[in-house]
Amino acid sequence: MITEEQPPPIRKIVVDAPPTVAPAPPAGSNGHGHAYAGAASVARHGRGEAGVGGRELMALQALSVFYGDNEAVKKVSLSIRLGEVLALIGPSGCGKTTLLRTLNRLTELTPGASRGGTILLDGTDVDDLEVTTLRRRVSMVFQQPNPFPMSIFDNVAYALREQSRKKPGRGVVEPLVEDALRRAGLWDEVKDKLDAPALRLSGGQQQRLCIARAIATRPEVLLMDEPCSALDPRSTLVIEQLIGDLRKDLAIVIVTHNMQQARRVGDKVAFMYLGDLVEYGDAEQIFDAPQAQRTRDYVRGAFG
Amino acid sequence: MAVTQHPRTLDDLPHGGFGVGTGGGQGGRSSGAAGRKRRRHESMSTWRWGDRIAYVLCWAAGLSLCLIAVAIVGYMAVKGVQYLKPELLWSHPSGEVDQSKSGGFLDPILGTILLTIIGIAIATPIAVAAAIWVVEYGRPAPLARAVESGIEVVAGTPDIVLAIFGLALFQHGLFGWMSFTAEGGAVFGRSFLTAGAMMSLIALPMVFGATREGLQSIPRHVREASYGLGKTKIATIRRVLLPAVRPNISTGAALGMGRIAGDTAIVVILLGATLRLESEGSIPGLDVLKGTGSTLTSYVYNNSPAGEGAAPEKAYAAAFVLLLLVVALNFAVDLIARRGAKTGLEGTRLGAGR
Repeated sequence: MITEEQPPPIRKIVVDAPPTVAPAPPAGSNGHGHAYAGAASVARHGRGEAGVGGRELMALQALSVFYGDNEAVKKVSLSIRLGEVLALIGPSGCGKTTLLRTLNRLTELTPGASRGGTILLDGTDVDDLEVTTLRRRVSMVFQQPNPFPMSIFDNVAYALREQSRKKPGRGVVEPLVEDALRRAGLWDEVKDKLDAPALRLSGGQQQRLCIARAIATRPEVLLMDEPCSALDPRSTLVIEQLIGDLRKDLAIVIVTHNMQQARRVGDKVAFMYLGDLVEYGDAEQIFDAPQAQRTRDYVRGAFG
Repeated sequence: MAVTQHPRTLDDLPHGGFGVGTGGGQGGRSSGAAGRKRRRHESMSTWRWGDRIAYVLCWAAGLSLCLIAVAIVGYMAVKGVQYLKPELLWSHPSGEVDQSKSGGFLDPILGTILLTIIGIAIATPIAVAAAIWVVEYGRPAPLARAVESGIEVVAGTPDIVLAIFGLALFQHGLFGWMSFTAEGGAVFGRSFLTAGAMMSLIALPMVFGATREGLQSIPRHVREASYGLGKTKIATIRRVLLPAVRPNISTGAALGMGRIAGDTAIVVILLGATLRLESEGSIPGLDVLKGTGSTLTSYVYNNSPAGEGAAPEKAYAAAFVLLLLVVALNFAVDLIARRGAKTGLEGTRLGAGR
């Protein structure tokens, strides 16, 4: 059981190579750097609660995801805190997107996928939540901007309304839609054309609309799967600033291939490799003083 | 850097890459537009003879199809305009031998419209529902395959076979309500309802195919985005997928309507091919549906030299009207498809490519 005081225990499961972790002392540790018993090669940073992180919203305990016999995520334990941006980095196929999609149980849609371990949302096992409720509390933004083929207004209203109903009507949801669009920084650009088809927006605007849609229901956790990889640099910048603003109200988990981006937006960074969580810590620490050899190689661009 | 240079390399390929050795040496790419223009001709000079012949044949095939289309429309337009008088459009036909008294083809026009509406109204909901089930659910997989091949069989069945099958089916007492029942209890089996039901099978595969293609072309992440907002699958289908494939459904329906409007065999066998709309029964509305009639196709057939009416002038005029109707439907298809490309999900995929 993970309590609030404890930093998330991190451990390296597969030791398929000579020690990859630098035997560094628990730098800056103030006594919280507990490792799981027997986990010898653990890269841990005892600064768990020293970051901006607030209340723990989600806790992953020995989370494993299998596609058939293939273990895509291997016993990962992590903590996701309010007001914190957690960036998942790692080479392609390392399981970061799978991990992300597991948090709101989207992997269940993939045939042959199965899960081990526990995910707690505010202390409740996500398996005990109605999946639709869970996904309203843990919503997601995808790699491709994918507004629905309806008006800008309806895109956001769709998220707010129950299932396929058209009620509550426009009058009731209007302030909520405006609020969501404002928080996504899109309101000023679209307030005069709320009834225009959402697909007429530019790529960057579409992605911010998708963010507005995702935060309209006031979720506790926002999952972002490479939200900028299909966008131009200017739109990327806008969205990165947006991430910085949004994190006040919720926890954000972002998967990115772009290490500069992870550094810019991430408060915490988790480096994954072949399904293992190799290293987790504050962003500066991961990039400036990585403990594990693999992390060091990766952030310096040696592979991946 | 290598990446940015890539397209230029590809651009040069037809020039040097596919060349047979002699290459684009002559002339080179001196400058700008002139150079590019010359290059296109040079590349042809390096082609093998087989390729040149194939190239010419492709051009010829395209051009001759164009000519055939122009010939059909032109011939029918000349004949049609020559014989088409406005009063033909709104006078009822009658079985006179004297062509000045045999009237126009108001009833066949109404018959075509009515039959098309009935057919498409039956076909569209069934086809869309089947397509949604096949693409979005489709479990067990063998059953989904069976459904698809079943629809393919229907699509491949000649209309005359559908017609006699329909006649055999609808003459059963069970379907007495759909058509005229004689005093002895024999069911006539010919009416707008029975013909429309069989016509729906002509249109159904087109609507099914178009809807299925549309659903399959929606990227998976769009569905997941909806699930990710806490929506159920059925809500996603209702509010995201169906609106997204609406252009596809319209395209399929318009194509299907064209097929129905152009079909003759089912009209001749299942609609009775009576000159006028003959109502049956006393309930207004339903009496027309239970009655018989004719369409432009059967009217053209009957008035052609092969039919009993033998009034080729009127056959030409009616054929011209039918052609206009079907061409208009095809333009509607184009229009819908183009509008769909602008507002539909195609936008996202294009956006993704950028």
